[in-house]
Amino acid sequence: MTTIDFSQKVVEMIDVVKKFGDFVANDRINLTVHKGEVHSLLGENGAGKTTLVNCLYGLYHPTQGRIRVNGEDVDISDPNVAIQLGIGMVHQHFMLVAPFTVTQNIILGQETTKMMGILDLASAEKKVAEISERYGLTINPRDKIEDISVGSQQRVEILKALYRGAEILILDEPTAVLTPLEIKELVSIIRNLTQEGKSIIIITHKLHEIKQVADYCTIIRRGKFIDTVEVDKVSEQDLASMMVGREVSFEVDKDELEKGEEILTIKDLVVTDNRGLPAVNGLDLSLHKSEILGIAGVDGNGQSELVEALTGLRKVTSGSVSLRGKEITGSDPKTVINTWNIRTIPEDRQKRGLVMEFDVAENLILETYHATPFSNGGVLNHDKIYEWADDCTRNFDIRPQNPYLMAKALSGGNQQKVIIAREVSNDPEVLIASQPTRGLDVGAIEYVHTALVKQRDRGKAVLLISFELDEVMNVSDRIAVIFEGKIVGIVDAKGVDENEIGLMMAGGTR
Amino acid sequence: MKLDKEALRIKFLQGSWGILLISNLLGFLIGAVILLLAGFNPLEAYWVILKGIFSRPKYVSYVIIYATPLIITGLSVAFALRTGLFNIGAEGQYIVGAIMAAAAGYFFQLPLILHVPLAIGLAIIAGAIWGGLAGYIKARFGVHEVISTIMLNWIALYLSNFVITLKAFAAQGTGKTFPIQATARINLLSEWRITEAGIEFIRSHKVLGDILKTPINAGFIFAILLAILVWYVLNKTTLGYELRAVGFNPHAAEAGGINVKKSMVTSMLFAGGLAGAAGAFQVLGVSHRIAKLATMEGYGFDGIAVSLIGNNTGAGSVFAGLLFGALKYGGSKIQDAMQAPTEVINIMIGTIILFVAMPKLIRLILTLLERRAKN
Amino acid sequence: MEAFIKDIGFIIGTTLMYSTPLMFTSLGAVITERSGVVNIGLEGMMFFGAFVGAAVAYYTQSPWLGFFCAALGGALLALIHAIACVSFAAEQIVSGIAMNFLGSGAALFLSRLFFDGATQTLTIPNKIPLPLAFLFGDGKLFKSAGFMDLIFNRFATVYLAFLLVAVVWFVLYKTKVGMRIQAVGEHPEAADTLGISVYRIRYGAVMMSGFFAGMGGAAMSIAVVSRFSNTLISGHGFIALAAMIFGKWKPQGAMLACLLFGGAKGLEIFLGAKGFPVPSSLLAMLPYILTIVVLVGIVGKTTPPAAIGKIFDKSGK
Repeated sequence: MTTIDFSQKVVEMIDVVKKFGDFVANDRINLTVHKGEVHSLLGENGAGKTTLVNCLYGLYHPTQGRIRVNGEDVDISDPNVAIQLGIGMVHQHFMLVAPFTVTQNIILGQETTKMMGILDLASAEKKVAEISERYGLTINPRDKIEDISVGSQQRVEILKALYRGAEILILDEPTAVLTPLEIKELVSIIRNLTQEGKSIIIITHKLHEIKQVADYCTIIRRGKFIDTVEVDKVSEQDLASMMVGREVSFEVDKDELEKGEEILTIKDLVVTDNRGLPAVNGLDLSLHKSEILGIAGVDGNGQSELVEALTGLRKVTSGSVSLRGKEITGSDPKTVINTWNIRTIPEDRQKRGLVMEFDVAENLILETYHATPFSNGGVLNHDKIYEWADDCTRNFDIRPQNPYLMAKALSGGNQQKVIIAREVSNDPEVLIASQPTRGLDVGAIEYVHTALVKQRDRGKAVLLISFELDEVMNVSDRIAVIFEGKIVGIVDAKGVDENEIGLMMAGGTR
Repeated sequence: MKLDKEALRIKFLQGSWGILLISNLLGFLIGAVILLLAGFNPLEAYWVILKGIFSRPKYVSYVIIYATPLIITGLSVAFALRTGLFNIGAEGQYIVGAIMAAAAGYFFQLPLILHVPLAIGLAIIAGAIWGGLAGYIKARFGVHEVISTIMLNWIALYLSNFVITLKAFAAQGTGKTFPIQATARINLLSEWRITEAGIEFIRSHKVLGDILKTPINAGFIFAILLAILVWYVLNKTTLGYELRAVGFNPHAAEAGGINVKKSMVTSMLFAGGLAGAAGAFQVLGVSHRIAKLATMEGYGFDGIAVSLIGNNTGAGSVFAGLLFGALKYGGSKIQDAMQAPTEVINIMIGTIILFVAMPKLIRLILTLLERRAKN
Repeated sequence: MEAFIKDIGFIIGTTLMYSTPLMFTSLGAVITERSGVVNIGLEGMMFFGAFVGAAVAYYTQSPWLGFFCAALGGALLALIHAIACVSFAAEQIVSGIAMNFLGSGAALFLSRLFFDGATQTLTIPNKIPLPLAFLFGDGKLFKSAGFMDLIFNRFATVYLAFLLVAVVWFVLYKTKVGMRIQAVGEHPEAADTLGISVYRIRYGAVMMSGFFAGMGGAAMSIAVVSRFSNTLISGHGFIALAAMIFGKWKPQGAMLACLLFGGAKGLEIFLGAKGFPVPSSLLAMLPYILTIVVLVGIVGKTTPPAAIGKIFDKSGK
């Protein structure tokens, strides 16, 4: 790309090491970024990408190694120093104060004041409007953050950095929450910025985005530096292999299967979110036995509320849900689980899935503790519980195989295995899997996908909801696209075109 | 898992029991420093306290009698805490339990075998209602139980003072209710010890005789039984499982099918009932009536300290209750013996609770000490 | 008719008197909770402030010096709470409980040391002055014990309390510091990434709450009555917390709530003085029952600061 000035190295991270106690998050990473370059950082979940840029932004202090900005060695002790050096960061989870306005969020920490510390919001608003126009980032300075869209919120985050004179922008997983259209907008914003001489470090695990926007890519695997490559000269397959360390097949191994009879019917479902708005807005869906139905869509289109309504954690405003023709709308969680045998792998395993302070066995009986053989007349049967837990740890390969270990002590992948063991053990008619592979490494992801396929092969129905389009496309038999609370299209997974789905995810029609 | 002695020692010290031990030691240390700064000899003060507790059998007996309500209110707070609720209302639940026991003890005429259980049962129900009310308004309306229970404490206090003005219940102008019937009392050997045989026994047996001079009652035995009950319910029953799940993670509990709101109310009902029982045993065994209160007696608040110091468990509450009772009883003697303010005990208790709240600090101190030991 | 107006004046006057200590403490509660730190130890800090105020006022004969020292005393106690909660990630409610034991324990300990073993101080010679007293009396602008006298001839602490409500409102909503406090209470991580010291803001807010609670206690012991005793502060700190919730964490809201609770107390005293045939103990329940009723009615519809009570821990980085 013609925007790069190879004579100016704006950022150099040399042999950077970051340890947390004995755990080595970054093991001698080397990173060089030139002026006007878009440099991407690629790695799996937990590889150490965010840790590395946090060192650059002063949120962490490197254990060893040097950092140079514009050719000079620096010690970035806190974000203030980073900001002064011209480094700005847009975090993966937005750092915005919800009840504040756009302007308040942008000036926080560098407030414009009249004498004695009294705020001068009027002149701040003017400045914000100026910068927003200059870089083409449209927002309204008076809007409250909690009222604007996710794409707008991201623009506010970028403006925050530019307001402080950032020349080097770090974007951490910026496209995770954007619609395909908003992603296109972001790509052109990035191009604008590099043309203005800014340098961008972008963290992402989405390979085709790297190909779209980045000049160079540094791959990190398990804290170790693997390589820095010129993006034009490698394929997505190459990047994937370097990221994971072996040949990666994106395909999920499964047989062709004819879908069975309809088992779960959702008609015209309306569910309101915490703000009283209809997150699920007239949704129709039918789920069949012996199939995996995947729901594709960008976060925030009603998926969470749909799952909560189906599992009894959220009230249904109107519409119906029926199981084999029988009305089950609005059943409470206990009924959904025990009477209807609908099981769920929740989207947030630490919040909804497990009691971290309970041990593995206690977590395994979370839904069944009140039934024989685990209890009798209100008294728990310790032996039977731990016997069964032993079986589970063996059958589901939960490591370490110790039912007395606290759930807190297990890795993310093994925690998910506990949940899967629990949900699948009772042979559920319907299994709902919501973001089941979030935060897991490739090995655990394969495990989860295999478990889902196994359920389907045994004639059960599986509803998969995921924000990762790749996952939905590879695992599902049919794909339904959710947009603004409605299903806007259903296609067969075989031979489907990603662009077609992307269009539907953004509200377009086939 | 290989655990050598060194690792085991570290694990204990950094675990919750170790932190409690160290917090207690630090509390005593700070108490000594405060006494020193105020111009008193801490060793002399601690010696007075120790003597005040152990030097005569009757002192030990008093400690046990004094500790009984503390243990039970400690159990009450601990039980609620395991469900994630702060039962600051043990004080008010204690008061309504005491009112009920004093009323049931006075107004009914029944044989002892019926009278005592009735009085205790009614007191437990009163306490349970008082606690359950707070649990209900938390579950239904989202009002934090810290505030609502504190308000209920004051309402209970004034209710108690009001009840004392009733002609049927109390002699006008005395500020005390009529004493409960003999059949409602749970004192041990209280009649026998004033008979001729009893007096002879007391004179000839030094240890037991000394103990008999104190108002020993069955309260302590009930306290132990209740501690065992609390342990059993929390760890061995499905109800206890639900309450603990809700206490650790109400979101996961809800997703698993547990009725979180019901659990909150149940937990407060139980906790309230326990505190009510504490009030009952105190009336039935020691005071035999209730009196006008200028301010709260403090058994409920002290129960909070007992629970925290006892690591919120059944057994812990027993030991912490005894410790607390001993400190308060022995501590009261330093005022007369050396004009040292007894409130140094309150400061000590406050310090212990403070350290219990900061495991990070304790761990920091431990690692610093270990590093020094290694050099 | 004139008697009726005088009665209203009496109730309003008593309301103002009893609301004032609540208002000081409640403002303190607003400040600390807005920054994200729960402080249920305000009761103990009020207790300690009440003692310090009375003791200093007695020995120095200056009520204002006593008032100021009371505030410092409260702030000192709050410093311990701040160290525990902010620097050592303590469980905030438990630390608050410890503060109540420490505050009351320290107050009574010192009381015994300085006042001959008693749990109350001697009567102070000079209470907080009544700055507008010159306007009332025979031959003055308003007559004594009239409607105007009952309402406006109040202790200086009353006027100070209202003034502070305005000051806290202004600082919180119109200044840089106030915006940072709010940010730290809603989203401390965001403030941190922008270079704001979350620790420093929270330390300041917590200590301020102790400062205010100390003033609240002194407003009781050297204005409403004229001594400290161990039954003086009985639940006021907790009522102040309830007022904060009722007032939706806004200074002006807390003020109104405190006036409401003070009004209940005023009504209780009025009815008691008039020989209303309801026993005094039942009347005394009024403020507390009112608190519960009010909270039940409004709590579900209020939102506290988003990061309240959550531990913000920067160590290990």
